[in-house]
Amino acid sequence: MTPRLIRLTVNGRAYTRSVEPRTTLVDFLRDDLDLTGTHVGCEHGVCGACTVLLDGQPVRSCLLFAIQLDGAVVTTVEGLADGERLHPIQEAFREHHGLQCGFCTPGLLLTAKAFLEEHPAPSDGEIREAIAGNLCRCTGYHFIVDAIRAAAGGVRR
Amino acid sequence: MGAKYFGAAVRRREDPRFLRGEGRYLDDVKVAGLLHAAFLRAPYAHAAIRAIRTERARSAPGVVAVFTFADLETWMKPLPLFGAPPPGLAAAIAFEIRQAPQFALCRDRARYVGEIVAMVVADSRARAEDAAEAIEVDWEPLPVATDMRQAAEAGAPLVHEAWGTNVGVAFTHAIGNVEAAFAGADVVMSETFHIQRYVGMPLESRGAVAVWDRRDGALTTWNSTQVSHFVQQGLASALGLPHHKVRVIAPDLGGGFGTKASGYPEDHLVPIAAIVLGRPVKWVEDRREHMMSAAHARHQIHAISLAARRDGTILGLRDRIWLDLGAYNVWGIVLPYNTVAHLIGPHRIRNMRVDVQAVTTHKTPNAPYRGAGRPETVFAMDRAVDRLARELKIDPAEIRRRNYIRADELPYDFGMPYRDGNPLVYDSGDFPAALEAALKAADYDEFRRGQAALRARGVYRGIGISGYVEGTAIGPFEGATVKVDLGGRVLVATGAVNSGQGHETSFAQVCADALGVPLEHVTVVGGDTAGVPFGVGTFASRSGVTAGNSIADACHQVRAKLVKAAAALLEAAPGDVDIEDGQAFVRGVPASAVPLARVVQASIPTFAKPGVASPDFEATAYHHVPTVTFASAVHVAQVEVDVGTGHVTLLRYVVAHDCGKVINPLIVDGQVHGGVAQGVGGALYEEMVYDEQGQLLTGSLMDYLVPTAMELPPLETVHLEFPSPRNPLGMKGLGEGGAISPPAAIANAIEDALQPFGVDITATPVSPARLLALIRETA
Repeated sequence: MTPRLIRLTVNGRAYTRSVEPRTTLVDFLRDDLDLTGTHVGCEHGVCGACTVLLDGQPVRSCLLFAIQLDGAVVTTVEGLADGERLHPIQEAFREHHGLQCGFCTPGLLLTAKAFLEEHPAPSDGEIREAIAGNLCRCTGYHFIVDAIRAAAGGVRR
Repeated sequence: MGAKYFGAAVRRREDPRFLRGEGRYLDDVKVAGLLHAAFLRAPYAHAAIRAIRTERARSAPGVVAVFTFADLETWMKPLPLFGAPPPGLAAAIAFEIRQAPQFALCRDRARYVGEIVAMVVADSRARAEDAAEAIEVDWEPLPVATDMRQAAEAGAPLVHEAWGTNVGVAFTHAIGNVEAAFAGADVVMSETFHIQRYVGMPLESRGAVAVWDRRDGALTTWNSTQVSHFVQQGLASALGLPHHKVRVIAPDLGGGFGTKASGYPEDHLVPIAAIVLGRPVKWVEDRREHMMSAAHARHQIHAISLAARRDGTILGLRDRIWLDLGAYNVWGIVLPYNTVAHLIGPHRIRNMRVDVQAVTTHKTPNAPYRGAGRPETVFAMDRAVDRLARELKIDPAEIRRRNYIRADELPYDFGMPYRDGNPLVYDSGDFPAALEAALKAADYDEFRRGQAALRARGVYRGIGISGYVEGTAIGPFEGATVKVDLGGRVLVATGAVNSGQGHETSFAQVCADALGVPLEHVTVVGGDTAGVPFGVGTFASRSGVTAGNSIADACHQVRAKLVKAAAALLEAAPGDVDIEDGQAFVRGVPASAVPLARVVQASIPTFAKPGVASPDFEATAYHHVPTVTFASAVHVAQVEVDVGTGHVTLLRYVVAHDCGKVINPLIVDGQVHGGVAQGVGGALYEEMVYDEQGQLLTGSLMDYLVPTAMELPPLETVHLEFPSPRNPLGMKGLGEGGAISPPAAIANAIEDALQPFGVDITATPVSPARLLALIRETA
């Protein structure tokens, strides 16, 4: 199919690229922009590993086509840290051992970021519900919940 | 040498790159001029290939090549097989073993849905997939065997006709006098338990990238494997290349859990394509392919009987065990004998007889997954013990108190071999202490006191116990090379592959202490065959013990070399020189301290003079472990069952465990949690389902349910530490344990919750539909 031209902003940087209509957003990010921090886990919208923020909201980049993103503002895991300084959520994941293999981590970080912006003092139940769309096969989620609670500055409740 | 880092909760050194999205997983490996492979896989569980027409695919846009078995016949060597009994085991038990090798491409028939029929290589993955769909195959469907017990009977459709049977492994084993034990018993409890087919399901699928260097005749392949040296051996032999011309690199792994410790057709096909085409080739498995072609696991049936006295003392055990191998018997005795070696667990049972049949069926091959026979066998045993307790009206905790082997009975000799052929002797631990610790942490007595009142209000809560003793860290060795560079910094290379366990941190902790350097001065590289000549890999809860002790051994050798050189430099006797914090110094003379970089540099010859010592600050060690070391744990689960829907809520989950000396308690907790989560999946949700034609019905993560954060409670861990006498660091393996007991503990808790209904849980997963049906049957 004929490639189409799209313009979008990813992590604050403007890109203009020609894409095949069938190229998914995750493939576009990984292959065309070389932003390989967004991971492909299932390609059918269940695992959440490919989660990115689209205009601030978490979306599955495996379920979107890149051409749908013309004019959009996207944040990927590469856009979280401020230079050498990790984002507080990244710091909390490190401090609380909220990751093992790291494959689900980018998606979880972005899900947590969007969640905490709307729920600055969440309960553990709310945290678990918020990340229920992100599968982690290594941690059993315990330390991920700890990390997100800590990032919120909260205490266990 | 002090223990500055060993035992400390050091934050993981690999985390910053993972958190920034800078991990380098297989799919992140990019090479100039890369081609992409896609596979056509068999749509039938058992079918003959009458013809393959590839013309349309070959002329499709972007296609570089299409390969069938006939196209690559000269390259097609049998894929590696494992699991022959080691001498000590073969001497003790007469195994009947049949193994037929798989070829990387189907020759003339397919034996499971997902077996590879053809490979397409194109300039993009999408075009390779398009072209694979354009290949036409004339299939002749053949009768299938899908039920393991029926497949074991005469007359069943055969998976490998030359065998004349589907039985891939059969043996009988007995200790003590089981007939006398059953004859003298007050009570005999018998039940048949089914453990479903469930799998590791790493979030990162498998994949390979291969680059062929024609000038050097050398292959470099990145492979998302837990066993890079095994992949290297397989490739060197299949391709007829010297081992040193085959470099296998395991990049960052997005989980493994055993799924990535098997040999796979794609390990060979991707490099073969790269060699034949003279171009780099990449393949990354998609989730659907993963479901149908990455190794499956578990899947056993146990017809078990316990003979006991009225007081609950277990006198004897009989078990008839079936194991569904899938289409190829790749792992020989590994899974069936693991199952037998862990059946008795923490119980004092001196009389046992087992009859085992591992059976091929037309399904995806079965391979070891986190626990590898132990979750299955512990499910059968702990369910049987609970059933016995119920029959005798003894509390499940009390019956275990009466049967658990006491600490003063250790070392405890079973009078039979372990899977490695060495005597099965528990080395250290305290199983009753673990039991009491777990019961206390779970408020067992308090729970029991409140249970009846809750039931009276229609709230059905139950508590379940399961314990295991796990042979960990199977040998024979792991390789580790340690070298100090010109700047005094240290490189550790090991055959153990990091698949998320934090090796870059824990192995650096071992090295920093053993060498006397700051943690920041150590770099750990795992799973690159160029780093260390011989290696085994990460599986069987073995890396901490085997690689850890090899790293410590190599460090001690390097340290001795550094001390000798520093002594020459400082003009002191080697016995007076020490190394701490990256500085060599004469003991008692702090001013003498020089950085290790200075020691190394002073050893390098100059035009003016030779060095103070040979600048050989490198050592490679292959620490040999005498046999496995036994980790153990008791798990306690608290559940609530909604009797209207069959839904099970996990209220609490407690693990009291012993993994010997701990390098990093943070990592230990994480490993236990992750194991428990996978065990919970096996208990309640996960199952690979086939229909009677051998079609896989669970082809996506919408059908195969992995636990989310909503299904898991906070996890509570109690640490007991009984050092192993079987390795200098006193460690025991850890990675798999968490996954062993949850199915048994949770099923026991569910049955306990539903005592008023008299529900018998004989199979996992205990899904709401199944549980509701059981409740309705008994109501």
